[in-house]
Amino acid sequence: MSRTPLDTVEHAAATPDVELPWAELGLKKDEYERVVEILGRRPTGAELAMYSVMWSEHCSYKSSKVHLRQFGEKAPRSDAMLVGIGENAGVVDVGQGYAVTFKVESHNHPSYVEPYQGAATGVGGIVRDIIAMGARPVAVVDPLRFGAADHPDTKRVLPGVVAGIGGYGNCLGLPNIGGEVVFDACYQGNPLVNAGAIGVMRHEDIHLAKASGAGNKVILYGARTGGDGIGGASILASETFDDAKPSKRPAVQVGDPFQEKLLIECTLEAFQEKLVVGIQDLGAAGLSCATSELASNGSGGMRVTLDDVPLRDSTLSPEEILMSESQERMCAVVEPEKVDRFLEICEKWDVIATVIGEVTDGDRLEIFWHGGKIVDVDPRTVAHDGPVYERPYARPEWQDALQADDANKLPRPQSSGELKDQVLKLVGSPNQASKQWITQQYDHFVQGNTVLAQPEDSGMIRVDEESGLGVAIATDGNGRYAKLDPYTGAQLALAEAYRNVATTGAKPLAVSDCLNFGSPEDPAVMWQFAEAVRGLADGCLQLGTPVTGGNVSLYNQTGEAAIHPTPVVAVLGVIDDVARRTPVAFQEDGQLLYLLGDTREEFGGSAWSQVVHDHLGGLPPKVDLERERLLGEILISASRDGMIDSAHDLSDGGLVQAVVESALLGGRGARLVVPDGLDAFTFLFSESAGRAVVAVPRSEEVRFNDMCGARGLPVTRIGVVDGETVEVQGEFSLSLTDLREAHEGTIPGLLA
Amino acid sequence: MTARIGVVTFPGSLDDRDTQRAIRVAGAEPVALWHKDKDLKQVDAVVLCGGFSYGDYLRAGAIARFSPVMDTLIDQAKAGLPVLGICNGFQILTEAHLLPGGMLGNDHLHFICRDQKLRVENADTAWTSDYTAGQEIHIPLKNMDGRYVADRRTLDELESEGRVAFRYLGMNPNGSLNDIAGISNAAGNVVGLMPHPEHAVEPLIGTGRTDGLPFFTSILKKLVNA
Repeated sequence: MSRTPLDTVEHAAATPDVELPWAELGLKKDEYERVVEILGRRPTGAELAMYSVMWSEHCSYKSSKVHLRQFGEKAPRSDAMLVGIGENAGVVDVGQGYAVTFKVESHNHPSYVEPYQGAATGVGGIVRDIIAMGARPVAVVDPLRFGAADHPDTKRVLPGVVAGIGGYGNCLGLPNIGGEVVFDACYQGNPLVNAGAIGVMRHEDIHLAKASGAGNKVILYGARTGGDGIGGASILASETFDDAKPSKRPAVQVGDPFQEKLLIECTLEAFQEKLVVGIQDLGAAGLSCATSELASNGSGGMRVTLDDVPLRDSTLSPEEILMSESQERMCAVVEPEKVDRFLEICEKWDVIATVIGEVTDGDRLEIFWHGGKIVDVDPRTVAHDGPVYERPYARPEWQDALQADDANKLPRPQSSGELKDQVLKLVGSPNQASKQWITQQYDHFVQGNTVLAQPEDSGMIRVDEESGLGVAIATDGNGRYAKLDPYTGAQLALAEAYRNVATTGAKPLAVSDCLNFGSPEDPAVMWQFAEAVRGLADGCLQLGTPVTGGNVSLYNQTGEAAIHPTPVVAVLGVIDDVARRTPVAFQEDGQLLYLLGDTREEFGGSAWSQVVHDHLGGLPPKVDLERERLLGEILISASRDGMIDSAHDLSDGGLVQAVVESALLGGRGARLVVPDGLDAFTFLFSESAGRAVVAVPRSEEVRFNDMCGARGLPVTRIGVVDGETVEVQGEFSLSLTDLREAHEGTIPGLLA
Repeated sequence: MTARIGVVTFPGSLDDRDTQRAIRVAGAEPVALWHKDKDLKQVDAVVLCGGFSYGDYLRAGAIARFSPVMDTLIDQAKAGLPVLGICNGFQILTEAHLLPGGMLGNDHLHFICRDQKLRVENADTAWTSDYTAGQEIHIPLKNMDGRYVADRRTLDELESEGRVAFRYLGMNPNGSLNDIAGISNAAGNVVGLMPHPEHAVEPLIGTGRTDGLPFFTSILKKLVNA
């Protein structure tokens, strides 16, 4: 792309008729015209590069913004919120002077193109967001969705994604404590690789992405800048895949977790010595994003000399340097007298650090190359004033037919034998089977604070060794429910994550989300998106858990076929003392099993309808968020007061799935009795929300029942922990050995 | 008076803070050591902890072995300083020839993280005296390159001299020869193993077992009674 003469601002003003490749860089005609209007002249090549990446769907949220506003408008009042939407990640007060930052992001498109690096750099990116807030990263979680488990391409994508997440996260020393693995043919050409991370800091250590104070230096540190990932955000993440176009592999970045580990340690040391005024990580849109966001969030302008950026490839053009998405880089704003100490710390950790510019008292972002000024813009126009689209949306005409195709009318098992066969089939189906083959490729133990990790309902990390203060996180999503009804589906995802956190004994505090959808240019997809956001915002308001940030991933579709609308919701909770946490595994024979909540005939979108009938239709389970809140309070109180020894939330697969998991993890069976008023099939397979199964020591039975009764939560005794089988009285009995073989053999059989 | 036990941080070390905590839990005083610093700060023993030193992009432990701190450490270990190498630390000790053999990639080619059952084969080393020979314990294992290999003669020597300190039980998680999980040098002051005892010192945390604590109480008793 080298051009002679250099395309400076001056040159651009003098040559208004030069044609620029705006369409190739992903800008629409009206967007390009808007850039010309803002600048009052044609942009330089470098300016065009910046606008094109920053105005991409991935960076600008141009299609989703009008809907996302609801997260702010409907935000519940919460004393816990310290930093809200708009920063690198939200920050929540968890007490005792500690603050926690967490966020979930997508790395879907790169992970399909190059599974290992795509997934690895997804972890790297989210972790840098956490560091940029001033926190030490303490855990990661990975909600993953793939095509059909037995599809040949799944065997290419899944092992690569899992190895990439492990390869990067393990090398950073971050325990992987949660997430999901879901298979569905709708994700065949568009796997969803979402990555979440949590960080912990003291309140006074919160840092923000802003460049203030004229004369302060802008320091770029970390890896050298190379030609990898150029245009990743604009080209990969903002277009649908199309077989006719050439390979996109060069747009995927390559990760170096060792470099990132050094970056973490040296950044935290600089924070500790109070050397940093503002900080921003370099992710999507690289330097374009970091410089324009730092400058527009601060009080002044910024001047950058691009020649000073350390390069991996000396032939890179200034446009490429601005667009490069080379990983493991950060940008800090440091007062002049502290620059030496900052550079010293970087040197201690063998991290390359270079002053590339300074904060000015103007309001322009100016970038120089070989002595010429190649960028002169108002940074706000790049970072914040991108296009906003009111995309048309319309309820798809097939929605009614889909909802009318009632799953409750599907043929049910006619005999105890058939019921038993379907239980075995369910717990061994790819979505319900044990994911141990995957999760054992992740380090759960590093940092020595992991209290709970998958397959527990939520991951839990100890924050303070003295007091036992801890945080819990769960991520959930169910594209099948959301396809049937996106508003309810989003609320069900929220309800499940909320319930999962409460089941382990932690109090839910705040939400992050990763909204994965098809093309926003399709009104049906846009309707799904609008409905899901509305559902989530309404739900968060009702539960009192504000959305602190998140990520939108659109264009997850191949040709005309969009993925199921898949809002993935992460709920963060806090627990006063991790010693009070409640695990999933049955602990002791003789303990009493109670079902909390109401069970209805609800099979729309259920695992049973998928596994037994390959069916998706009807309505998803009803949502009652007041009930979820009550259930949560009961579970938390029961944990705290030692009334329950194990608990498991009920979600996909229903009660039988939950009981089998608790039994296999604890190595103890259960005898179940079908309660009055329910048939065995509904009892075992219904997916009614707002439910959990708990194991109560006999000594606590009266106290526990009294508590539920006093607070008005329906509670039904359904059996007892006992023996080497899971038995449903009068129906069937399955040995733990057979259940284990079915549950644990599936995934290795398909993928190992 | 308690013992001061050093923990070396290399670039890419991951379990340094965890190891310091384990030393503290056992009642000893942890001392941070830095890879660029030859000074061992007069510690009574040293732990080389787990991680991916220098990213392990070349061969696990191959670069860390040449760090300034290792110059001093190798000399002192030969003179009797107790040294424990955990995971990457074990790999570094073999690269430094303080322990024989070497480590290859796991035979299944995946990273593996699990609660691993082990048998204590030698309870007479500086780091294992609080166990009893034949004791079965569970210690978390997590590695990519954990397959212990050595030539036949070395293996025979290790076996006949009782220098196999720990053996995998139940399943061999990485294809290690003779199910070897950990070994010691002839003098018994240098021990290396792939599993992570520092992750098994507190109830509730990790696997919830404390089977790893005797590593740290063993050395503490030895040093305090010395």
